[in-house]
Amino acid sequence: MADAAQPKPMDAHTHDSGTRRDFLQIAATSLAGIGAAIAVWPLIDSMNAAKDTLALSTTEVDLAPVQMGQRLTVKWRGSPVFVDHRTADEIKAADAVDLGSLRDPQTDAQRVQKPEWLIVVGVCTHLGCVPLGQKPTDPRGAYGGWFCPCHGSQYDTSGRIRQGPAPLNLAVPPYQFTTATTVKIG
Amino acid sequence: MAAAPQQNKIVRWIDHRLPIFTFMQHELNEYPTPRNLSYWWNFGSLSGIMLVIMIVTGVFLAMQYTPNVNMAFDSVERIMRDVNFGWLLRYLHMNGASFFFIVVYVHLFRGLYYGSYKEPRELLWMLGVVILLLMMATAFMGYVLPWGQMSFWGAKVITSLFSAIPVVGDSIVRWLWGGFSVDNPTLNRFFSLHYLLPFVIVGVVVLHLVALHQHGSNNPLGIDRKGPQDSIPFHPYYTVKDMFGLGVFLIIYAAFVFYMPNALGDPQNYVQANPMQTPLEIVPEWYFLPFYAILRSVPDILFIPAKLAGVLCLFGAIGVLFFLPWLDTSRVRSARFRPVYKWVFWLLVIDVAVLGYCGAHRPEGWFILAGRLSTLYYFVHFIILFPVIGWLERPLPLPTSIAAAVTRKGGAPLGAASPMEKH
Ligand code: HEM
Ligand code: FES
Repeated sequence: MADAAQPKPMDAHTHDSGTRRDFLQIAATSLAGIGAAIAVWPLIDSMNAAKDTLALSTTEVDLAPVQMGQRLTVKWRGSPVFVDHRTADEIKAADAVDLGSLRDPQTDAQRVQKPEWLIVVGVCTHLGCVPLGQKPTDPRGAYGGWFCPCHGSQYDTSGRIRQGPAPLNLAVPPYQFTTATTVKIG
Repeated sequence: MAAAPQQNKIVRWIDHRLPIFTFMQHELNEYPTPRNLSYWWNFGSLSGIMLVIMIVTGVFLAMQYTPNVNMAFDSVERIMRDVNFGWLLRYLHMNGASFFFIVVYVHLFRGLYYGSYKEPRELLWMLGVVILLLMMATAFMGYVLPWGQMSFWGAKVITSLFSAIPVVGDSIVRWLWGGFSVDNPTLNRFFSLHYLLPFVIVGVVVLHLVALHQHGSNNPLGIDRKGPQDSIPFHPYYTVKDMFGLGVFLIIYAAFVFYMPNALGDPQNYVQANPMQTPLEIVPEWYFLPFYAILRSVPDILFIPAKLAGVLCLFGAIGVLFFLPWLDTSRVRSARFRPVYKWVFWLLVIDVAVLGYCGAHRPEGWFILAGRLSTLYYFVHFIILFPVIGWLERPLPLPTSIAAAVTRKGGAPLGAASPMEKH
């Protein structure tokens, strides 16, 4: 209402492009926009893993009771980790694979610290199901490792993807042997 | 009930300050509506009623439900066994989700058949697609809350989809989870959002209705109203028709709630979530099956790996609906006057049914081929057939007016038998 009585600022200063008022308007709105965008970050970041969730991220495993040929499942960060006490045959099979035939090429040596202990995250790299193969009665797929029931991915005795939709090998978690028979995962 | 706002002193006092009665009189009572709406036009108001039922039962469920991984499953069992009428609240809510989707899908296909997305209703249609997306997100997160095996693994598989995004995928998934797997933080945020989103839907529904009332309803003939002889007031004609439809609908809904409450659900969800063991088959609720089939069917496309391609097609399947007003090049709205589209429409219905069937089965044997072909057809239908049929088809002549088409006298004002005079 009051505006009508006021002279149009445009008429007062007509420089080649825009007035000081235009500049102030653009500057103020941009600053407010940037400020609002920055204020969203704490909201978004609050949804990332919290400190206590991050702190819970190691698991100790006693390997002594695990016989050769046996597989053990432990829980690490809310997901299963497969500990496989591999037989000599399984190790040999894993070593013998031609790297060129692999979707995610890795040698067996790159995936283990001690050849008899294969430790991998038991989460299918396709869409996150837990592959079968931990129990002696489970199907292990055509490559003797693990078989994912969800969409049929098959992993070999080194946990490498050999067939099916999964793009990557089963992940190797960070771990270290704290004694000859205990391992700390995470 | 047709009392004009001026009649009552209190009503007049309020209306002068808050014109709520004038608004209702205008939007419900006088609101001119095509005189020829069929029962397919009942599904809009049914959707609104379902939304209210979901919110009411949901708010009361939330008073008893505990969003914690150690307690969620038991709290739902407690609702079922110990809470007074808890079983009723939960079965209404659980089956309500299914019936909400049935109603909305019929509403959507009605729009497709009668060309309700065309000028000037493009934004009305697009707001509807937004509502569909919000509903899907809400139902997906609600299904996680009872923390059964299907809750957990459905959440895991669907959130893992985002890991297909190059570079940032894994960070996004961990952000969604709030940790390293679907776990307590995930359950908590899903509960928060499951409570929030239905109210966002209410907001979009209001916009949807504002857009509707701007130009009024489309009708089975797809032609505009040309004058008073083509319309009748919404109240009492369509309030009564909507009420009758609601009665029939509630009978069917109640039959499920009381006699077969678990028919539409998966028994696996009565097993508590176990993050260490995947059930042998992961199947989403029926209303997601066609989209799940699309997700699983897509093979590698050129340089895009199958996993990413599947996700893109999944979102594309809904995204393409936003563009229908421009993909359809025919100016005739109703399929009644479109001799080719009329049949092609049914191909889409069959295609979606086939997709749903494939979504419920493992992608093995001929399901792989059927899934791929029906996925291909879905996109061909909208992206190729829609524009091409519009160009090539020769529509039948349109009636001169709604009244001319639906009355024997053809256009004599409806007032003759004076059904419009309510006093
Ligand atoms: C668009 C509307 C809504 C839809 C489509 C929807 C859908 C769902 C679904 C599919 C479930 C799982 C049912 C089961 O299998 O047990 C569920 C559960 C639940 N919903 Fe909703 N919901 C809606 C609105 C709401 C609202 C507004 C609230 C709260 C204010 C709510 C609170 C709950 C609670 C507490 C549960 C867990 C208890 C249970 O599983 O029965 N819902 N919802
Ligand atoms: S999740 Fe393992 S194959 Fe899909």
